[in-house]
Amino acid sequence: MSPYDADTREHTRPAAVCARGWGWRHSGRAAQAVRDLELDIAPGERVLLLGPSGAGKSTLLHALAGVLGADQDAAESGSLTVDGENPAVRRGSAGLMQQDPEAQVVLSRIGDDVAFGAENLAVPRDEIWRRVGNALDAVGLDFPLDHPTSSLSGGQKQRLGLAGILAMQPGLLLLDEPTANLDPAGVLEVRDAVLRMLESTGATMVVVEHRVAVWVDVVDRIVVLAPGDRGQGGGVLIDGPPRHVLTQARRMLTGAGIWVPGYIPVTRPRRGALDGQIAGQIGGQIAGQAQTGADVLLDADVLLDADQLAVSRQAANGGKRRGAARRLPAAAVASGIDLRVRAGAALSITGPNGAGKSTLALTLGGLLPPLDGRLRAADALSRGAGNEPHRWSGGDLIQRIGTVFQEPEHQFVTGRVLDELNFGPKLLGRGSERVDELLERLRLTHLAEANPYTLSGGEKRRLSVATVLAANPSLLVLDEPTFGQDANTWADLVDLLTELLDAGTSVISVTHDQEFTQLLGGTQFQLTAAGRRTVENPTTACGGVR
Amino acid sequence: MSVDVMAGPRSTAVLARANPLAKLAAALMLTIVLLLSVDWASATVALVCELAVLPLAGLSARTLLLRGWPILAAALVGGYGSALLAPKTGAVLLDWGPLLFTEGSLQSGLAIMLRGIAIALPGVIVLASTDPTDLADALAQKMKLPHRFVLGALAALRLVGLLVEEWQTLGMARRARGVGSGSGFAGRFKASLGQALALLVQAIRRASRLAVSMEAKGFGAGPRSWARESRFGPLDAQVVAAAVLMVAAVVGAAVGLGTWNPVFG
Repeated sequence: MSPYDADTREHTRPAAVCARGWGWRHSGRAAQAVRDLELDIAPGERVLLLGPSGAGKSTLLHALAGVLGADQDAAESGSLTVDGENPAVRRGSAGLMQQDPEAQVVLSRIGDDVAFGAENLAVPRDEIWRRVGNALDAVGLDFPLDHPTSSLSGGQKQRLGLAGILAMQPGLLLLDEPTANLDPAGVLEVRDAVLRMLESTGATMVVVEHRVAVWVDVVDRIVVLAPGDRGQGGGVLIDGPPRHVLTQARRMLTGAGIWVPGYIPVTRPRRGALDGQIAGQIGGQIAGQAQTGADVLLDADVLLDADQLAVSRQAANGGKRRGAARRLPAAAVASGIDLRVRAGAALSITGPNGAGKSTLALTLGGLLPPLDGRLRAADALSRGAGNEPHRWSGGDLIQRIGTVFQEPEHQFVTGRVLDELNFGPKLLGRGSERVDELLERLRLTHLAEANPYTLSGGEKRRLSVATVLAANPSLLVLDEPTFGQDANTWADLVDLLTELLDAGTSVISVTHDQEFTQLLGGTQFQLTAAGRRTVENPTTACGGVR
Repeated sequence: MSVDVMAGPRSTAVLARANPLAKLAAALMLTIVLLLSVDWASATVALVCELAVLPLAGLSARTLLLRGWPILAAALVGGYGSALLAPKTGAVLLDWGPLLFTEGSLQSGLAIMLRGIAIALPGVIVLASTDPTDLADALAQKMKLPHRFVLGALAALRLVGLLVEEWQTLGMARRARGVGSGSGFAGRFKASLGQALALLVQAIRRASRLAVSMEAKGFGAGPRSWARESRFGPLDAQVVAAAVLMVAAVVGAAVGLGTWNPVFG
């Protein structure tokens, strides 16, 4: 045990949580977010909190952190205490970590940011800097104290947030989907940092997370909440040791879309995959053709053709940087990219953070001009609109290429789900036949009148895919479509995409999700951190790569 | 990765080490004196002093021109306008239809132009040599402004840099929906308005999440301590003394040369 461990253990007193008939209704809502909650958590216990979307998991965490606010309309019932006190009066004594890494960071330099919480607790100056150094060590962030926080990756920002919490030495650690926005490497980074912290402080932990596998081996207990609205009860549904709960409630949990370890939802298989032999034959053919240099013959189904393509977000400013560095040419985030996108084929773009995957997808989607090299739309795709996608008008673009952004809210342009879906067809002067079908297909019919911003994460994701499909594009580009999604939405997406693929639509997806990639089939295009790329299984039928 | 307007590498310039309040006080003194009199002598002396200070703020003439050209342009336009409209005294220099410049009017124009630049430069120098975090520390610790507002503003300022990137992303995300396909000025205006509203929504959502983070870290719950101490040192005394000397030189030059021309009185 390091001297630091001994020290924090001395200063951290694990907290006890107690809820007695506790309930909460947010202001302006008819239904209660949480109802009749009976829960006891002993000091030092590690609890994984599960429940269907809308069960009030985040509300409970916010309440425990004392940040639910004092809205006049909000109604609280029963009692909720941390160490026998109302959490609101002891704000700052429980550490809360949220999902959005960007919302974790308060100040511009990492030392100042970690110190922020300790300052608010009026810790003496010398003690603050001692804790800052120790906390940064503990989460494994090895940067100088004046390192800018903006240059950190998502996982590093979450670890920075954790360091700030650690410096406050809280007895209760509250994690609200801390890894939902991270790639697999980032998930492990953050989880291991949390574990190190718990081992050195012995603090109590409550974590909310859809992906049970990340936490199941390190928690003492799983608590499943029941949805608290429409008067159908609420409170704790099941409570017990992890293995016990997972066996007993497996069906209920998977039904609620929770990622129970070892569970992959049943999805519709690709038609091509059933016919492996034919796929293999065509694949062999392509490889053979490519070797003799006569692949021209198969060009009929090529939609997009990239030749020595270099991509950059700065390409939008005419390849120039802004400000003091404006004379320098923009740096390509990835370059030397050769690939082909074929009709009815899936192409998965993979690789580590910062390799330029999203930028490549934006360029293929006609939203960024190529920085260098050439990107040509074949006649089959352009249908007379010219062969440079980034020059197409908005109307021309949406009926040819549909791009779905990682953050659904970025693409909402109206205040009603139905208007949102009708937006594309109306722009193109088409009827709304397809809209009803999409509403039905993506289980959004009951939400047709709702404001898109008020939907749950999964509903927003389904809506953002549906809005793009409403214009019936020949090529679909998706940026991390499965990030942070529950298993039900995940299965919806896979079903929909395999159907589209079999019907002849091409699908390009940027993803870290191996299962998703496998089910969609097709080709993987791997970008490496240095901006180079390698190709896996280049000889499949759906070959997107020369 | 995000653009952060506030997290450039810490400036190593001499003035960057001075307390922001000392710099503000110095800039304020100089600005007030320049507001008192419109004449070329005081403005010229002030300008020369300010240009001499530039290297201490880590600013080269080149960066100043690149970043501060709008000020220069505005001063030129202001000077031209003054020369055109000022009382036409002294010998006629140019008489070309409605354009009539005399020695007197040209002198007024020159004074206005120099004064404009001389008033703007102290602000530029303070901004370039001051880290926003240091300024916030000084305002809260030395000026005793309420820390909730000062630190709230500081955290908000950090998000401004993120908005630049968010705007670009929103532009692409909305093009992918077909927004902005309406041609002509009205169509583009409508599209930009919608994008601005979407940006506002995103900004507010992010800000409220950040507020939750700050509250959860005990912000505003009670008295706080400061990890960084804002203090006054010998350098700050020098900065203020230098400003007093400059003010004396400015007033002395103008009175000595008989050009002191008070605005009030």
